[in-house]
Parts: sequence; C-alpha cells; structure tokens
Amino acid sequence: MRDLSRRELLQRVGAAGIVLGGAAAVARLRYDPGLVSAAASKERPQTRDYRLREAPAELAQLAVAKNDPEPEALVRKAVEALGGMKRFISRGDIVVVKPNIGWDRTPIQAANTNPRVVAEVVKLAFDAGAKRVVVTDASCNEPGRCFQRSGIWKATYDVGAEVVLPAAHRFRGMRLKGEVLDEWPVYTPLINADKVINVPVAKHHNLSRYTAAMKNWYGSLGGRRNRLHQNIDVSIADLATFMQPTLTIVDGFRVLMRNGPQGGNVADAKEMRTVIASVDQVAADAYGCQLIGRTAEEIPYIRMAHERGLGTMQWKDLRWVEV
Amino acid sequence: MAVAVPGAATPKKQKGRPGSGIPARLSIRILVWVRRVSQAGFLGLFLYFLFQTGFRGSFASAETAVRLPLPVEGFLLADPFVAAMTLLSTHTIYRGLVWSIGLLALTLVVGRVFCGWICPFGTLHHFFGWIFPSRYLRGNKRVESNKTAPGRQRVKYYLLYAFLAASLMGSVIGGLFDPICVAVRAIGLAVIPAVQYVTGVASTLSGATGMRPVQGAADSAQDFLAQTVWQSKQFYFHHTWFIGILFVAILFMNRIIPRFWCRVLCPLGAFLGVFARFALFGMEKDHAKCTDCNLCLVNCQGADSPQGGVKWRQDECHMCMNCENACPEDVIKFKFLPNRKSALTVPDTGRRTAIATAAAGAVMIPAARIADVIDANYDHKVIRPPGSVEEREFLERCIRCAECMKVCPNNALHPAFFEAGIEGIWTPILIPRIGYCEHSCVLCGQVCPTGAIQKITEEQKMGIGQKPVSIGTAFYDQGRCLPWGMATPCIVCEEFCPTSPKAIWVEEVDIPKRLPIAGDNGKEPEMTTVHVQRPHVDPSLCIGCGACEKVCPVQDKPAVYVTNVGESRSKTNVILLEDTNYNRPG
Ligand code: SF4
Ligand code: SF4
Ligand code: SF4
Repeated sequence: MRDLSRRELLQRVGAAGIVLGGAAAVARLRYDPGLVSAAASKERPQTRDYRLREAPAELAQLAVAKNDPEPEALVRKAVEALGGMKRFISRGDIVVVKPNIGWDRTPIQAANTNPRVVAEVVKLAFDAGAKRVVVTDASCNEPGRCFQRSGIWKATYDVGAEVVLPAAHRFRGMRLKGEVLDEWPVYTPLINADKVINVPVAKHHNLSRYTAAMKNWYGSLGGRRNRLHQNIDVSIADLATFMQPTLTIVDGFRVLMRNGPQGGNVADAKEMRTVIASVDQVAADAYGCQLIGRTAEEIPYIRMAHERGLGTMQWKDLRWVEV
Repeated sequence: MAVAVPGAATPKKQKGRPGSGIPARLSIRILVWVRRVSQAGFLGLFLYFLFQTGFRGSFASAETAVRLPLPVEGFLLADPFVAAMTLLSTHTIYRGLVWSIGLLALTLVVGRVFCGWICPFGTLHHFFGWIFPSRYLRGNKRVESNKTAPGRQRVKYYLLYAFLAASLMGSVIGGLFDPICVAVRAIGLAVIPAVQYVTGVASTLSGATGMRPVQGAADSAQDFLAQTVWQSKQFYFHHTWFIGILFVAILFMNRIIPRFWCRVLCPLGAFLGVFARFALFGMEKDHAKCTDCNLCLVNCQGADSPQGGVKWRQDECHMCMNCENACPEDVIKFKFLPNRKSALTVPDTGRRTAIATAAAGAVMIPAARIADVIDANYDHKVIRPPGSVEEREFLERCIRCAECMKVCPNNALHPAFFEAGIEGIWTPILIPRIGYCEHSCVLCGQVCPTGAIQKITEEQKMGIGQKPVSIGTAFYDQGRCLPWGMATPCIVCEEFCPTSPKAIWVEEVDIPKRLPIAGDNGKEPEMTTVHVQRPHVDPSLCIGCGACEKVCPVQDKPAVYVTNVGESRSKTNVILLEDTNYNRPG
C-alpha cells in the first residue's frame, strides 16, 4: 500500500469534515422538537367590509320592489329607491357581483339567482361608472354546468361582465377567526374588489329553513364546506361577519317554497315578483324570510347576526320603502 | 455513420450516398413529406379531440342540452378492429362505427397506410424511436433491429385471433390492446392528470413567492390550460399508475426495437395486415440492382424486408415509403398494381398456432366467468354509468377506451381494476367518493363509441314523464351518520339529493345528547336534548347518483354510500318487488 501524501490526507479529511459540518448545520437549523404547541395566533381576524361609510338620513336603507312582471324593472326600482347605483359605485371601480350559481338548475326552477336580475345589476353597475364587473360564485354542482344552465353566464356576458369560474388556484387560506370558521380557503375573486354586490336568491332550505343574503357567502369558501352544516347557523353568522357587501339585492322573482336549496320541480317554485335591496344584509334576510312564510325570530342565524351587531333583524326600525 | 435518423433521411447531399446515388423519384420525396405532415396533423387532431373530451361550460342558453360540439370519439369510430370485435360479439354495428368501413376501404387500396400515416399511437412510437434511440439503435444494430423478426412479429396476429375469438364468446376484451384505446386511456387518464398535477404544484410554489407578477402569470397560465387542455379541477383516476407505467414501458421499448408496439403487439395493425393482401398499391423490387447498402433498413418502420434479395412483407409494411426514399439504386418502387413476384402478401402465421391462440381466446372468457364475479358474487362497487346496458351486453360492447372516464365532468368514472373481475379490467365504474353523477348530464353516453353506454337524453335520465335511470341505491350507515349516531345536525346528503321529490327524506326528532364536558366533581357529563333531522332513503326514488356519498362530511368512510343494487339496466339486481319484472322488454 502506498502512503497517503499529506496533501491528499488533508483533502480527504477536509471533505469528510465539510459534509459532516453541513449535516450538522442542517440539523441545527431545521431541528424539530416535535409537539409544537399551536400557539394561538395574535393576528386580527380577517374581514372584508365593503359597506359605505355615510348613510344620508334622507335615503332609504331597505327598499322592496313588488308586482312588476319584469324582473329588470323590479331591480331598477329597488335600487333607485335606495338612491340609485351611483351612490354605491364610483367611477373606475372594480365591482364583484355575487349571485347564487350553486346548482345545475334552469332559471324556472329558481334554485339559482334569476339571470335577468343579475344582468340588470351588472348593467346598473356599468352605468354608474364601474370599470370592470366580475360575476362569480363557487358552485355546489359542477361549475361549468351551473354557470351555463343557470343562464347567468350568457346573460351577464352579453352585458359585458367578466364571468369567472371557480378553479383550484383561486382559493387561498385565510384566517377568518369566527366562532366555528377558523381558517378556510377563501375564493379570491370575491376579496379582491372595490365594491361587492350580493345578489342572492330567496329560497327555502331544509336545514336553515330560509336562505338568501347571508347564506350566499357559502359561495366564498372552498374546502370541504359540507362540514359547516353541523353548526350551520353559527357558520352563516361567521361568514356574514367576514363579508359585509356594499349592497344586497335579493331576487324574489321566483321563490323556491320547498325542496330547498336545490328544488328540481317547477311546481316547487312560486312567482312572487319581489326584489329586496338593502345596505343591511341582516335586514334583507329578516324581511325576505316572510316570502316563504317565516319570521326572523324563527331563524337562528338571523338572530345571531343581529346580536353580533352586523345589522338589524328589526327591519321596520330602518328607513324602508315599498315601491 | 450514414443516417441514424429514420424518417429524416434527406436526399439532399448526393455525395454522401453510397452506390450510384440515384436520388429517389420526386413524387416519393414529396410523398414522404406529405406523410410526415399527415402524421403530425392526425396526432394533433387526436390530442385536440382528447383535450376537448370534457365539458368546460359554454355560452349556450340555459335550456340548450349540454352536448360536445365535436365528434371527439372519432378515431374510435373509424377503427375497424373495434367494429369487428363488436360485430362478432353483438352481431350489429353500432351507429358511428360504420365509419370504420372507410378505413377498411383505404387499406384495400393502399395497405396499412393507417399505421404509417394516420395512427396517433403509431406516430408517437415513430417519434420516440427517432428522438430517443439508444446506442443499440445505431448503424448496424439498427439495421439488424429493423429486419423482419417473424417470431415476435407473429405475436400480434395471435393476439388478434385470440381477441376476435373472445369477442365471439361475448367479451370485447381486445380493447385492452387497441392502440386508440390505449392512447386515450394512457394519455387521458394518466399523462394529462399527471402534467396537471405538476403544474398545480408549480403554481402553488409561484404563489408562495409572494411576487404579484409571478403569481399573476401562473394564474393566467392555469386559466389558459384549464380552458384548453384539462379542466379547472384536478382529476384523479383509480389505480391509474398501472396504466401510466405500461404506457411508459411501451414507449421505452422503442429504444430497443423501433415501433415495438406496432410490430409486435398491435391487434389493429394485425387486422389491417390481414386485409393488406388485397391492396392495389404496393412495392416492386428489382433484386439485381441491390448493393446491400442497407439504407432502406435503417429507415424502415414496419420491419417488412424492403431490401433486395428477400421478399417484401406486405402485411407488415406501414407504407411509410422511407425505403424507396433512401434507396440509392432504384431497387424499390411503390406503384399501383405491382407484380407480386417480390412480395409476400399474407401473414406467415403457423396455422396450428393461430388456431390454438384463437381457441385460447375463446376459452378465456368462460374461464373468467366461472370465477364468481358475474353470476354469483357480483361486486357491489361495480356501479356502471347511467345508460349502460345490462352487464353481459356491457362486456360485449365496452372496449375500455376510457372516453367516458375522460369526459365525465365530475371525475366520477374510473377504470375498474379487479372490481368487475379480470374480464372487466379498465371498464368504467363510478366511484362516488371521488365524484358523483351529475343529475342532468348524459355526456358519457354521448362519447361511448360502442353503445355500452347508450345515448340517452336528459328527459330519459332524469325521468321527465317516465321512470328515471337509476344506477344504484344509497344506504345509511347509521352508526356513522351524525344525526343518527352522534346527535349532531347535518343532512348535507339531503341538500344534495337532486331528485324531486328528494329520495332522501328526514325525520324530525328530539333526542338525548351527552354534553362533551365532564360534570362537576368528576361526575358523569350532563345530558341535554337536541333536535336533529334524521335522513332516510326512499329506494323507489333513489337513482344512485352518489351525490350524498360525495358530500357526506364523515370523511374517511362515508355514512351514506351507494351500491349498484336497484340499477335500471338489470332485471335481477333489484331490491323492490315493483322493479322485478322478468317480462319487461329489453
Ligand atoms: S363504456 Fe366507456 S370505456 Fe367502455 S367503450 Fe364506452 S366509452 Fe369506452
Ligand atoms: S352522466 Fe354521470 S357518469 Fe356520465 S359523464 Fe355525466 S356525470 Fe359522469
Ligand atoms: S351527510 Fe352523512 S353524516 Fe350527514 S346526515 Fe347525510 S349521511 Fe349522515
């Protein structure tokens, strides 16, 4: 055997030393003692409050348009009664319109928002100066089908809206820090906007009895939101805490009276020719549940939202008009 | 080394050519280029159809029926092997499969032009053999690997005879080896989802950089791909790793034997080979002029002996024309109505082996069926797509092309592994936990080329004015169901149940519940009463769509699940007396 040269010896020992040192450094930097206590985060809960600051005393806060055979006219009248769309939308705004596009149902079945109502809202937003109007929802059934068969895709695209379908990369984890909703994937198109208009449909729901405005924010969540049903009322209240829209326009043109939230039978829906517009989503639900013969007291999430101060269930205390 | 690139033998440098260096006829040089364009075009068309095999929504009005605008299953409709198998099994030719006569006619005029000019799977092999040749595929070794190897090249004929005999016995299991089926299955169920997965990871990483432009670019790329190549959500397929590995292995074989698949395994190639004997177009050779330069063999795709001194094998030739293009001596001539002195037109399979393999194919089917899977112990997981025909007829028709699995917008359909028995491998089954059957959707029947899934309408499926199509029945596991077993409100299943009236109905009950905190001084926890709605299934209304199973929040093993009992296609696999009617037509 040949003796090692001094130089070679140093090289070899040095190389081994570097590898060992590197391993030690990685171990030191990335050492995991295990059982890291989930330190309660100090972050403030994330919320999205798009409401207008000022509420001129002469303008109504809740407007109900009734008895017009044209849904578009009902929308126009209700918004006009609140002071017109210009009050809510400024020139150059990016406006997100959030209808209910949850189900693979056609307009006559009234499980999704009426496409004519949504299209009219888009038009009003453009007329008020919006730069872009985005129409979107995170559907329950297969989205492509829901968007097409609800008629909302075509109706709103035709009036210039950008229709955005849900896709995996559009959800981002956020800390909502609600009572039951802690951290959830949130649908980003809804939270990157200047103004948000909620355009739900009023309908029966077997578990929560009546749903419209506040429940519509289910469509802002991703993940396995089916778990929320175990405490549906608190989760709806949590969502309403997280999301406060600029304006709520409830479509009550055709109302699903039973078999909600999906319906399926034309006979389940009843033409009621009503549109409710409000700056207070709690009041909008408190008023709306009367459409299917309920009172706000019977519906726990409305009461919870009222108690949290998100709005009022005593809609009669607001300045309201019927047109 | 002279030319190591098949299909790229360019005649431009005359001085590089050995021998007398006579360039090929202009018409042949042009034809070779036309062939390349045709190969690229058909591969492109195939992939485009595959990418379009899915529903991404459209601007059609709400009342328009959802259908795919393109005949995305077109390649299968033109496939005469598929037509022949189903003709033998069902004694009929289903709808669009009559197109396959066109391909047969083409073969009768110009031989296996399909293999060399059209087949997208063949083109893939051609391409892979060209860009990834191993060191075994250079020079002389390449020449050797391109000489006819009768032993292995016979295999495909034996497979063909076995599969045709199996079809006669009532099972079109040969679809496992049909090249178009393999390509749709492997690319649609393994390659595309895998690539989508990788881009998903990349887009998450780009999101994590926190840099707006990077994020924005990644999002736009995802949007674009979701609209053109795949869908907006990641699809997962049952045991698809196996399909993927086989695909990679077959592509890899091109490194050792060029177009291994086409020469050795492809039953469609063999089928066309059988008919190539009638072709009016073919090769004539002038053996005397051959100088054994072997340039033809370097470029041969079909290993069909184009060189001088031996007989050309018409049934093996892919009609790529590389040989005439490469030949510097005027030995090879493709022409109409050639003399057949220098050609063998019929497959040289041994008659005994051919009969034996056909017999093996015929015996295979009863052998598979005396296992317990069809008659005695039908697996409850074999939920067939809506509109499927009864199981035996289903096996007479389903060629496992995976069109239905690719098109299903909810990722509900999956290739069975052994659930439907060894005979049913890669036939479609519905796995509701991954995706449920969308109520108004009938797309799988639209793309099924063989009628295993019939082309039903929305009215038939949803039962508008008739009985709806049922694919199974839902059952509650009351120990796991939240309202039943844990005094906790839930009924997501009822919410998603699409029928009207709903097949799931709820019973309102007030039941005791123990508070989840210990009482004072370590006493038993206090009791309270809660109001819950307990779900029940109405078996006469349930259509087995699996929406309830999909959305049940009991994550691992759902508290409501669907099995195939009660499926409309079967007269025996029923629960209710009212559905048992052996006299029912059909
Ligand atoms: S059932 Fe599916 S896999 Fe079978 S032939 Fe039809 S489309 Fe192809
Ligand atoms: S009908 Fe059902 S199984 Fe068939 S493609 Fe549509 S959702 Fe999938
Ligand atoms: S979704 Fe599951 S846990 Fe909930 S009620 Fe239905 S079966 Fe029970």
